[in-house]
Amino acid sequence: MAESHDKKTRRITIREVEHAAVLAKIGLAEDEKVQLTEQLDRILDYFHTIDQLNLNGVPPTHHVIELVNVLRDDSPQRTLPRKKALSNASKVEENFFKAPRIV
Amino acid sequence: MTEPHELTASEVARLIASGEATAEECVDSVIERIHAVERRVHAYITLDEEGARQKAKQIDQRIKERKPVGRLAGTVVAIKDNMCTQGTRTTCSSHMLESFIPPYDATAVERIKRADGVVIGKTNMDEFAMGTSTETSHFGPTYNPWDLTRVPGGSSGGSAAAVVCGETNLALGSDTGGSVRCPASFCSTVGLKPTYGLVSRYGLIAYANSLEQIGPLTKTVEDCATLLTVIAGHDERDCTTANLDVKDYTNHLKKPISKVRVGVVKELFGEGTHEGVAKTVMRGVDTLGELTSGYEEVSLPSLEYSLPAYYLIAMSEASSNLARYDGLRYGYRTPDESLEWGDTYSKTRMEGFGAEVRRRVILGSFALSAGYYDRYYLKALQVRTLVRRDFERAFSGFDVLVGPTMPLPPFKVGEKIKDPLELYMCDVDTVPVNLAGLPAISVPCGFFEGLPIGMQIIGRPFAEELILGVANAFEKSHRLEARSPPLR
Repeated sequence: MAESHDKKTRRITIREVEHAAVLAKIGLAEDEKVQLTEQLDRILDYFHTIDQLNLNGVPPTHHVIELVNVLRDDSPQRTLPRKKALSNASKVEENFFKAPRIV
Repeated sequence: MTEPHELTASEVARLIASGEATAEECVDSVIERIHAVERRVHAYITLDEEGARQKAKQIDQRIKERKPVGRLAGTVVAIKDNMCTQGTRTTCSSHMLESFIPPYDATAVERIKRADGVVIGKTNMDEFAMGTSTETSHFGPTYNPWDLTRVPGGSSGGSAAAVVCGETNLALGSDTGGSVRCPASFCSTVGLKPTYGLVSRYGLIAYANSLEQIGPLTKTVEDCATLLTVIAGHDERDCTTANLDVKDYTNHLKKPISKVRVGVVKELFGEGTHEGVAKTVMRGVDTLGELTSGYEEVSLPSLEYSLPAYYLIAMSEASSNLARYDGLRYGYRTPDESLEWGDTYSKTRMEGFGAEVRRRVILGSFALSAGYYDRYYLKALQVRTLVRRDFERAFSGFDVLVGPTMPLPPFKVGEKIKDPLELYMCDVDTVPVNLAGLPAISVPCGFFEGLPIGMQIIGRPFAEELILGVANAFEKSHRLEARSPPLR
């Protein structure tokens, strides 16, 4: 299995998985990296079936409904009371969300 | 005697309106049923029995005083746990949101409450709606009421299971790539994915927002039309909702369908379709043919490429949507205080998200990253255009398109969960509809060796009335061996 796997083009390497995890801000355990790379490689390999299509000149569809800026009147609305806004935070100090240290 | 929990929502409404039963009696019947089966089915994450009883009493009081009541008065509604419910915890089946208590209601929930629906609780689902079997839930799987060793489908598995075994009268699910229709098929309920923009997504916790819609899971097509009528319509808080006239979707259920042109989509019976599914659905298609002007086969070649396109788009959108879980304003946060900002964030998300969510967010980040955007994400968006065009072409010759909802009958719990790609493949027949933003309904179509099979009916944008009408005629004519599972 591993042997035949090596023969084909790798779609993603461990280093690329590590980089994507950094972009995604998701920590990865060492033993998880190998397994995840293999899984993602297989998934990406399957995704490459779309290469069989000729997509030259086909415009992308970002969204099925064509919308341009839906605006409302700029009038004051009720906002969430502070106490409620803070009620789901895991760490609060006085009237603030408590963030981890930055430096 | 038939207990209220066995009835459809419209039957319950009639009982209450005629004074044959009180809302409290109907709600109590459902609660008793929950107590009898929930330990085996595990459809719910959070139950609010007291809140439901109180609401029922208020409704009975208003009826007694001859004050007006809403259209859902006294019917029990279960809400998938990715829709915000004010004051009731909303977890998305994730450790990340295990103790999140929303300060507001999702628009769909607000409208149900306004129509006097009795919200009984929050149903189990795949974590962040990412899955096809309800097995990725942080709280453990839901079991299929027809065979407790099998999955109920997903990601709205709890909602479908609760409906079919009488643990609620009605339920809401959400459908990003089939998450309403798949469990409807696996549990033998009706499940509708509305046209993109028909139902407000305000308060629906986002997974892939260009694809998903909230939709009803119900025992009958009539109930589906009723619940859709309650939740549909423009909402200022979701600017992607269409500004259309409000409709009563139950009005046209009995409209004649003899002139409707039915197209049977060849690709929905593609390679990998289980023989039992194909046979059962073709029997359903025969029934439809007799009710309409007959059917013809139609080919939509791009559908074969819609699965990879769907997953690339969904994962890419997910990587962006789920960036909000930083452990700061709400949600889980790692207790480790020694870390700086970036590491706190990474550790929080490593510990707070389950394996499937991490996999999709990382792969989505990869597909959007420098150097890969054109190779993956952009191509997927181009395939999306081809899928839309194929549907447009097919709808120039047909009014509805049909095929299986799922390529296979419900599988065993644990059977596919170890192989992500194999599980993704199960969505092959449902995702094209989400890419094109179309409405589609899954209706019970029969059984293969005792396991439910659903048929999917797809319509043009905003053709909900037509597909509900076709589904209703089908439901009334097509013989089913059983309507509810033999679960005592």
